[in-house]
Amino acid sequence: MKNGKPRSAPRALDKAPTGIRGLDEITGGGLPRNRPTLVCGSPGSGKTLLGMEFLVRGAVRYGEPGVFFAFEETEEELVQNTATLGFDLHRLSAQKKLRTEYIRIERHEIEETGEYDLEGLFIRIGAAIDAIHARRVVLDTVEVLFACLTNHGIVRAELRRLFRWLKEKQVTAVVTGERGIDTLTRFGLEEYVADCVIVLDNRVADQVSTRRLRVVKYRGSAHGANEYPFLITNEGLSVAPITSLGLQHEASTKRISSGVPRLDALLGGQGYYRGSSVLVSGAAGTGKSTLAVAFAVAACQRRERCLYLALEESASQIQRNMRSVGFHLERFVREGLLRFHAARPTCQGLESHLAAIHDAAERFKPAAVVLDPVTNLTTVGTVPEVRSVLARLIDFFKDRQITLLATSLTSGGDAEEQSEVGISSLMDTWILVRNLESNGERNRGLYILKSRGMAHSNQVREFVLSGTGIQLIDVYTGSGTALTGSARIAQMAREQAEEALRRQEVAAQRAQAEERRAAATAQIAALRIQVKAAEEELKRLALAAGIREKASARARLNLSRSRMADKNSAAPLGGALVH
Amino acid sequence: MVVVSGRARPKRATQACNRDFWELRLYVAGQTPNCLRAFANLKQLCETHLEGKYRIQVIDLVRNPQLARGDQIFAIPTLVRKLPVPVRKIIGNLSNTEKVLVGLDLVPREG
Repeated sequence: MKNGKPRSAPRALDKAPTGIRGLDEITGGGLPRNRPTLVCGSPGSGKTLLGMEFLVRGAVRYGEPGVFFAFEETEEELVQNTATLGFDLHRLSAQKKLRTEYIRIERHEIEETGEYDLEGLFIRIGAAIDAIHARRVVLDTVEVLFACLTNHGIVRAELRRLFRWLKEKQVTAVVTGERGIDTLTRFGLEEYVADCVIVLDNRVADQVSTRRLRVVKYRGSAHGANEYPFLITNEGLSVAPITSLGLQHEASTKRISSGVPRLDALLGGQGYYRGSSVLVSGAAGTGKSTLAVAFAVAACQRRERCLYLALEESASQIQRNMRSVGFHLERFVREGLLRFHAARPTCQGLESHLAAIHDAAERFKPAAVVLDPVTNLTTVGTVPEVRSVLARLIDFFKDRQITLLATSLTSGGDAEEQSEVGISSLMDTWILVRNLESNGERNRGLYILKSRGMAHSNQVREFVLSGTGIQLIDVYTGSGTALTGSARIAQMAREQAEEALRRQEVAAQRAQAEERRAAATAQIAALRIQVKAAEEELKRLALAAGIREKASARARLNLSRSRMADKNSAAPLGGALVH
Repeated sequence: MVVVSGRARPKRATQACNRDFWELRLYVAGQTPNCLRAFANLKQLCETHLEGKYRIQVIDLVRNPQLARGDQIFAIPTLVRKLPVPVRKIIGNLSNTEKVLVGLDLVPREG
């Protein structure tokens, strides 16, 4: 650092953005400006379409008019052939944003009779460029000159001159060429167009064709060097620039619901991490898709968009099936929160699936994606290939903080934890739904095998689907064994009966005790009365005794008086007595 | 024998079906040596083989670039035989007389 100011970086190569989905990312900004780029490929690989989209996007999005010089198709044929991309060439032509020129060179019409040059071509190209002030040009394909003219020496010299001239004219050119057997192009165009070379490929493997694009060379710029799958859709080319770019994504700490409250409880109380990848695996019929739909519904209820990639059933079948579990998806589809993308795996190659998923996700911009089931992809690819595709998809989703839930069909039995595709290590959370068979019936049990970054329960829950949705019920662990289904219900009933009985007994005992108490209390009352009576008796006796004593004392007194009073006289009978 | 240069105004071909009238157009780009040679060669050829039954138009694409489109001209110089039909195109400075004649479908005249 000098004088506190950072030293300025060398001026980066000026690039013309192509506007083609994914291509600008691979090329780091677009094609080299004011230089020619060679696009070569076998017939039908999409060179003309790429060139046309380069011009159309340039004209519409970046304000750079362009001219398409076709050597093999007339203007009308071009319009028809590029109609699949949804471009309105006539309108663009009228707006002077785009111009198509058919340069007709027919071998049988030409006789070469001496020295000549291709100044006429230069004049034509120059006139067309000047007419609309074009900044972009496509030449499709100058190889026609080699085919029709015998003097290749002149052709080569003039082509060299042409590309120099185009540079001076400040025009970014795309030159197409047909793939040679040993060389990049049949006539060696790569000698003159050496700044940037893109190769398009359309390989067929196992009856499935896959389109691939590769930037072979890009002078002066870093670029993605791999082969990238691409699609030709009705909105233009779509390249999937996803490659495992390394694990650079940010990890979110936010949590989102799985759609089943008790499952959230098992997951540390809050649910999945946003942007994480969840695997739900299980044998056939264990309810994986239902769990996936619950997740989708939860997202929609949060007013977030969910993309449902269905590889096994059609969208309407899924919606019909889910109605029986109480999930009504039509409403979310109508509101634009839920989008189905259904495709049989065998309809295109694995890489094309990747490109299609990337395309769908880029357009719909969901917050959650369901992939149901991922194991179906093994019908169009080997296990390592599917794993590679999945790794790239996960990277792509994590980069955009999209939560992915993938279902995986296992073959059941003891090998369930093997997980057919060996992808469990790529996933952050792994939920297993398994069949528990006992007593002549099968029930479903759910448990969490792993969940990175959170404390999760290790308890099995019974996974019940009913008309009102999903329920996770505690597995009954009476007498040390885990019971599910009707065994659980039976056990519950049994225990309830026992409980009732016990209660009754207790009630009866209480009643008895009450009675005894009442009896005792009555006894006490009776005894009290006795006590009282005895006391009364005592009182009375005491009183009586007192009276008697008084009476006897009086009598004695009287007697003594009478005896004392009359000692001499024989007491007549009936003497005066004290009363 | 009319030589027109500069703004080209093709006259209506009243002798359309007449095999004996030749309408020739020479496309050039400026006054390069090649173009001059082509013109010279052409005149000589016409004098020798067509004797007054021809008309040469010289079109300078530098002055009228938009005309290159109509006749689909890419090489300079190019000679186009408009009449008699079918249209024939010959590129080069016409120094190879035999080839020119073959190209124009002319039977060489003796003398």
